[in-house]
Amino acid sequence: MKPQELSRRQSKYTARSVPQGERVATSAMIASLDAEGRDTIAAPFGHALVDIAKTREDIVGLTADLSKYTDLHVFANAYPDRFYQMGMAEAVMISAAAGLAREGFTPFATTYAVFASRRAYDFIIMAIAEENLPVKIVCALPGLTTGYGPSHQATEDMAIMRGMPNLTIIDPCDAVEIDQATRAIADTPGPVYMRLLRGQVPNVLGEYGYQFKLGRAQVLRDGCDVLFVSSGLMTMRTLDAARALQKDGVDCAVLHVPTIKPLDTETIIAEASKGGRLVVTAENHSVTGGLGEAVAATLMRAGVHVPFRQIGLPDAFLDAGALPTLHDQYGISVSAVAAAVKSWL
Amino acid sequence: MTTGAAKHGSNVSLARRAWAIRRNALRMGEVQGQGYIGQALGVADVLAVSYFHALTYRADEPEWEGRDRFLLSIGHYAIALYAAMIEAGILPEDELETYGMDDSRMPMSGMAAYTPGMEITGGSLGHGLGIAVGMALGLKRKQNPAFVYNMLSDGELGEGSTWEAVMSAVQWKLDNLIAIVDFNNQQADGPTRAALAQVPEAAKWQAFGWHAQEVDGNDLDAVVAAFDAARNHDGAQPRVIICNTTMCKGIPFLESREITHFVRVEPEEWAKALEILDGEKPQ
Repeated sequence: MKPQELSRRQSKYTARSVPQGERVATSAMIASLDAEGRDTIAAPFGHALVDIAKTREDIVGLTADLSKYTDLHVFANAYPDRFYQMGMAEAVMISAAAGLAREGFTPFATTYAVFASRRAYDFIIMAIAEENLPVKIVCALPGLTTGYGPSHQATEDMAIMRGMPNLTIIDPCDAVEIDQATRAIADTPGPVYMRLLRGQVPNVLGEYGYQFKLGRAQVLRDGCDVLFVSSGLMTMRTLDAARALQKDGVDCAVLHVPTIKPLDTETIIAEASKGGRLVVTAENHSVTGGLGEAVAATLMRAGVHVPFRQIGLPDAFLDAGALPTLHDQYGISVSAVAAAVKSWL
Repeated sequence: MTTGAAKHGSNVSLARRAWAIRRNALRMGEVQGQGYIGQALGVADVLAVSYFHALTYRADEPEWEGRDRFLLSIGHYAIALYAAMIEAGILPEDELETYGMDDSRMPMSGMAAYTPGMEITGGSLGHGLGIAVGMALGLKRKQNPAFVYNMLSDGELGEGSTWEAVMSAVQWKLDNLIAIVDFNNQQADGPTRAALAQVPEAAKWQAFGWHAQEVDGNDLDAVVAAFDAARNHDGAQPRVIICNTTMCKGIPFLESREITHFVRVEPEEWAKALEILDGEKPQ
């Protein structure tokens, strides 16, 4: 048999070397998200969980060999007898979390977003969501927050998870919101999937007097030319892009939508219906199946016909490299967002 | 601990219980005109020992905190578990005729939300043992002495997630976890031994660190002894009982049929099977 010729994905790169003495950006996986000179807060998820657990004996933590990289080690150190190191075994971690929930506990299970959404999906949907069990799945490296390439870049996790009935999906923006959302989901019945920024996490929303409300989108900034509808770390970007665009006379509002499911359609429809504004969704996720398409469908169903553009990652396997480079390359850096908006006006 | 007929306040023999489970299952199959009757007839003896010898439960309070948890991974075995739970008084006998019907509490594939006493939603194979690990951990946290039983099929041992759970149960020294494998050597496309079950089962589980027994799952005395040994074993390790069973056990004309995962029964054969069973009613 003559083997078929394959048309495989090929790297566009050729052999290169680094000139002596030159420093290069690297693709560190576990580095904190670039804080760009902002204040940061260390391990907001881990510290919030420790705080909640002081009065909630039902809280337990599980991880599949990624406690240090999901900030769950903070909880593990504080409550070693309530922490379950399940090993590199996502299926049993999720199933065991379901079993603990059945016995009256509220498990927080952590891994990377790629592993939860891709590998553990069947266990999340059947062992947890189908029975509406209160397991909170908290996942680091959402979207493009690592330069390690497709094995670690969860560019389609929300697309995968949005199809799951009963599941609440949270895409928090910063350390303030991670702290608040962790407390909120601990008090929420049913399963939750939360995307996580870990390590030194920027404090962005502190200055807005922000308070996370589950299922609610909130206007962080008003403006009459553009309505950004953004979630997760892209709300950092849209807030900064709005400031930059202001200097060019473009007035941008930012509607932050941390709860991807159930979506706050009421607020989205009300804001988009105000009229006269270009609606621009922005997400740290593939343009397929995430916030942008959810907002588009919401507006179509409601009969709201407005100019609409989508900022997000391409429907493609992304390159490896350094995050700042990749964020520019794929259009989710502040300058790229601002440039895109100007090109659309 | 009190076990056996005395615990269940009855002198009815296990043979009679197994017979009643087979009879309930056949009646459900007759109603629906189909069903996984081969598995139900094969596993009836193991379920009789489970529900009338080993398990602690309250028939009128299926969610009683002190109960032993019985997790059915294999959703299509629901017909067998309904049959056992009817005999145990957990489900009313007259509901038997609703099996598989619209609005019934007894769907063809077992689901926790539908049926009292059905602990988990089965059907996606490879989930049960992992959930059992979590429940066993939870019981230990609560210092609840109940056992968690998980009934798996031989085919389910092909799922990698089962082996994650096998390793995890050993890691956490889950001496309150008992796995029951119904080994009838039939999966959807043919013999399990022709698929992924090449290595001797008990030795495999032992190598992973489990207390393992292999018995003739249609020999009531052997099954009773195995359950007793599993419960009373004092090692800090999980336990497995591999039960070699015969599909369609008890109905010779079905046993001798070319048996596959799904046994076809002609409409007039249900009554014939019931007649054979009724002719062999044990004391």
